[in-house]
This record gives sequence, C-alpha cells and structure tokens, in this order.
Amino acid sequence: MSSKVIHALYDDDDVLLNAVKEVRAANHHIEEVYTPFPVHGLDKAMGVAPTRLAIMAFLYGITGLGFAIWFLNYIMIVDWPQNIGGKPSGSFLENVPAFIPVMFEMTVFFAAHLMVITFYMRSKIWPFRKAENPDPRTTDDKFLMEIEVDGNEDEMTSLLESTGAIEIKVKEKH
Amino acid sequence: MYTVSSRLRTFSIALIIIGLFGIGYGFITAPKTVDDVKEMMHSAEDSHGATTHNEEKATDAHAMQSAEDHGSSEVSEGHGDEASHYEHVLSQAQNRPWTAIYIPMIFFLLISVCALVFYAIQRAASAGWSPVLFRVMEGVTGYIVIGSVIILVFLAASAMHANHMFAWMFKSSDPTAANFDFAMETKEWWLNVPWFLIRSVIYVLIWIGFRHLILKNARLQEETGDMKYFKKSFKFSVIFLVMFLASELFMAFDWLMSIDYHWFSQLYSFYVFASMFVSAITVIALVTIYLRAKGLLPQVNDSHIHDLAKYMFAFSIFWTYLWYAQFMLQWYANIPEEAAYFHPRLIGDYQPLFMGMVILNFVFPILILMNSDYKRIPWFVVFAGIIILVGHYLDVFVMVSPGTVGNHWSFGIPEIGALLFFAGLFILVVFSSLAKKPLEIKKDPFIKESEIFHY
Repeated sequence: MSSKVIHALYDDDDVLLNAVKEVRAANHHIEEVYTPFPVHGLDKAMGVAPTRLAIMAFLYGITGLGFAIWFLNYIMIVDWPQNIGGKPSGSFLENVPAFIPVMFEMTVFFAAHLMVITFYMRSKIWPFRKAENPDPRTTDDKFLMEIEVDGNEDEMTSLLESTGAIEIKVKEKH
Repeated sequence: MYTVSSRLRTFSIALIIIGLFGIGYGFITAPKTVDDVKEMMHSAEDSHGATTHNEEKATDAHAMQSAEDHGSSEVSEGHGDEASHYEHVLSQAQNRPWTAIYIPMIFFLLISVCALVFYAIQRAASAGWSPVLFRVMEGVTGYIVIGSVIILVFLAASAMHANHMFAWMFKSSDPTAANFDFAMETKEWWLNVPWFLIRSVIYVLIWIGFRHLILKNARLQEETGDMKYFKKSFKFSVIFLVMFLASELFMAFDWLMSIDYHWFSQLYSFYVFASMFVSAITVIALVTIYLRAKGLLPQVNDSHIHDLAKYMFAFSIFWTYLWYAQFMLQWYANIPEEAAYFHPRLIGDYQPLFMGMVILNFVFPILILMNSDYKRIPWFVVFAGIIILVGHYLDVFVMVSPGTVGNHWSFGIPEIGALLFFAGLFILVVFSSLAKKPLEIKKDPFIKESEIFHY
C-alpha cells in the first residue's frame, strides 16, 4: 500500500461533485473530502453507506421510555403509594395520564442526548481534539479531495486536472 | 383527461344502494313507542339470562346518564321514575339510525373541507413540491357542496324535532317550563335553533364560496398563464385559512360539542380539526396512489408519496397531542361537570373504542410510518392510511354517540349501511369531479420544481 495521497483543491461544489463521480468511475479510492458546508448529494456520489444514527436514536428513545416507566412505577406506585390530592396510586395504569408528560420528556431526552453523544463518539469529536485540517482554506470557500495514490501518480494528476482542480499536491500520508 | 372507470362507478353506486337499504332498515326497526322499548329490553334479558346482571349495571350507569341528559330539573325527581326511564331509552333507541348517518355524514364532509384547507395551505405557503397533486386535492374538495347540502337538511330536520340528536333543542331557560334546564340560562343566547341554523348556513357558505373562488382562479390561471390569477389565488387562500379557522371553531362547537351541551372544552375545535385534517391528507394520499397505480399521474414520484406520508405521520402525532391534552387536563382536575363527559368514554361502555382509537391513530402510524424507506412504498402507505381512516371514523363515533344513543350503542346494520352509503357517495362525487378536468396541471409557476421534486 502506498503511503502517498493526492490533495486536489476545488473552488466550486458542482465541479467537486462531478470530479468525485469521475474519480470513482476511474476506480480510485477517495479517502476523504473536505468541504466548508454540506454538499447535497456528496455522500451518495462518494458511495458512503447511509447513517444508522436514526436507528440508534429510536433504540435510545425506547430505553428512555422504559426507564421512565420503571422509575415512575417504582417511586409512585411501589415504594410509597401515597394519596396525593386523590390521585389513584393503586396501579400504574390507573395513574398513567399523570405520568405521560414525564415519560414523553424522558424519551426525547434519552433519544436526543444519547444520539448526539453517539455522533460525537463515532465522528471522534471532543474538546481539545487536534483539528485534522489539511488546508485551512477548506473551512472557508475551497473544497479538497484526498485520494490514495495507487499506480501511476502522473496519470492520476492529469485526471484530476481534467476534472477542474485548481491546485494538486502529492503528500506523504501522516 | 381522466374518466371514471365503469367498475369504480358500479362499485360506488352499489355501495350507495346497499347503504340505503341499511339506513332504511335502521329507521324501520327503530322502536316507535315505549312498549316497543320494554319489549326490546325484556327480550334482551330473556335471551341473555346469564347477563341480566350486566344489564342491570348498564341500566344504573344509564340512569346517571339520564339525569345528565334531562337536566337538573329532573335530577330532583330521582332516577327511580320508571316511566321517564323508558321514555329516555326510547329517545336513545330512536336516535340510533340518526346517529348512524350523522357520523359518516360529518366525517366525509369535514374530510373534503380539510382537503381544501390543505390545498389552501399549499398555495399560501407557495409550496414547491405539491403542484402536481393540486388536481387530486381539488377533486377531493368536490364533495363539499353535496356534503354541505346533506348536513344542512339533517340539521334542519333536527331543528324540527325529527330526532333527539341535540338535547338542548328540547330545553328551555324558563324556570316554570316543564323542559327547564338551568344550563340553558347562560347558553340559550348562543344555543337556540334559529341562530344555530343561520350559523350552520354561514359555515357552509364560507367553505363552498372559497372553494369556488380558489378553483375558479386556478382554472383562469391555467388557461391564461397570467400571474395576476396566481397572486389572487394566493390571496384567496390566505383569507380562506383565516375564515376557515373561525368557521371551524364554531362549527365544532355547534355540530359536535353541543350534543353534550353540559360539557365544554376550549381546544375541542382544534382537536376536531386535527382529526379531520389527518384524514383529509390520508384520503389525498390514497387517491394519489390509486391514480398513480393506474398510470394517470406520471409526474408523481416516490418523493411526493413520501411527503404525504410524512404529513400523515406528523398530523397523527398532532392529533394524539390534542386528544391527550384535552383528556388529561380534565382527568387531572376531575371537575364533575367535565368528568361526566369522559365517564362513558374512559370507564363506561365506550372504553374499547376510546382506547382502541388511540392505538389505531397513534401507535400504528408512529410505528409504521416512522421509517423513511417505508414511506416510499405505496402499499405500505395505503395500509397505514386505512388504519388512520378507521381510527378517525371511530373518533367521530366516540364524539357523537355517547351523547345521542348513550350506553345502547352498537355497530350493526344501520351504522355499516350509513358508512357504506356515504363512502359510496364520496367516491362517486370525488372521482366524478376528478374526471372534469385533465389531471396534469399547466402553467403553474411551481410546476417544474414540483415535477423534479426529489427528497
């Protein structure tokens, strides 16, 4: 495996999208694309697998709902079934309308927060993490495609030039 | 140009005819006199010897209802008065065929009114995805005129005491009168027959008038391509939405809430709206899928279905939110005058319907339509749509029935007949009005965006 990568810089998202399609058509592996904003359709063009974050959020939501049910049932019905203002505390179902606001909020709380934390973990984002930015201009108005070098380096450079790259650099992989 | 297939026409006419027989059967078999009621109740007890006990229990609960319905003046006379009890049962039993037709009548009328609301929202919001569906929405609103006429006839018949659907029509605020009801002292200025009928006509005229205006403008705009008409449609839609909200607010108070006229709830109208709005979107989705399956809507792609399914999903949850908000606030405070409304529904004879519709209208849609991929599968959307429509029919059933037929509800030939009749009429009218114009809409400024719409 080669230890070299090519960085091709673009200044337009439409050009970038076409370049990604052409590079993929030429059977080169795209390591990463750096963009200043979400480019619609980029993940499909790159062939990135769809996210499973929504499935996780659903599972987290069910966890939160289950937790809320257990929590309210234990406190209000099992542990100390007090008569508070005549509310029925004999069984969970009798008093469930009063619990639903809490159950709802806990479902949303668990689903939202755990999903965000999952996202941070999966994307490896945390405070004091060193930014992995090959070129600071990609946070402003430029787009950068990183391709693994396999085989003929010159041929790849000319392919990238033909796709409209404004700057092409060959770098050692860190 | 779409033409109603002869199979669909035969099918809907068959529904109407079968439905008419069912409705007729309901009116013929309804008891005429107190003796009929006594006989009916005795034969029920004889044939269900083992359930006699339950029957008595129902009668007890029913006596409570009786006190509620007949107003405070009769409470002092006691529930033990057997003659008044049988009279009460008689009026409930006589109400049954009327209730049976009133429920689908209001259900289908409000579906088509809410389809017009959805259409007006799309126009007022300048939606870019929906113009390819405009013709379908216009078709579904086709039922408004005939549905309105039918309901006005029904309300006029009620006002002439042909039935006992609206108990307040039989009450007086005069303390010396035999039909005195204390509640009417504060409500009679609003709940009186002439003003009630005038209001009903006003609501109906607002809907029919704006449907006429918006559709006429849309037609002129299509013929001429003039932006003047497009802007006018926008203006009419915005005004209609304001007018609709006002008319719907009082319509729900009059046509539905006044059945239980001792009870009141502020968010009732929004609850009725949410219920009918999600049904209207569902009907739009079903008609779209039907026409697309026949190859008549080539511009409609899976993304349009996906968007409609998202609306069905979101408004199912919105309905549940309002249902729960209305129920929970009154359950929590448990003020007797409010709790009396929920007593038959929550722990009384309507419990299976009241709870069942929450499962049909909330649990099923939320689980079925949550996945983005499933919302693109037409048969899946149809499946969810049928569940939602059944659920919201039950919703109207639970709104109307407890106040008119009380604990003697059942779902038999009169109910099924009326449902089939109105379903047949609705299908016939909607598809006939779809057949009046080409399904493709032209010269709309957003049509291109809508055709290439992709989510």
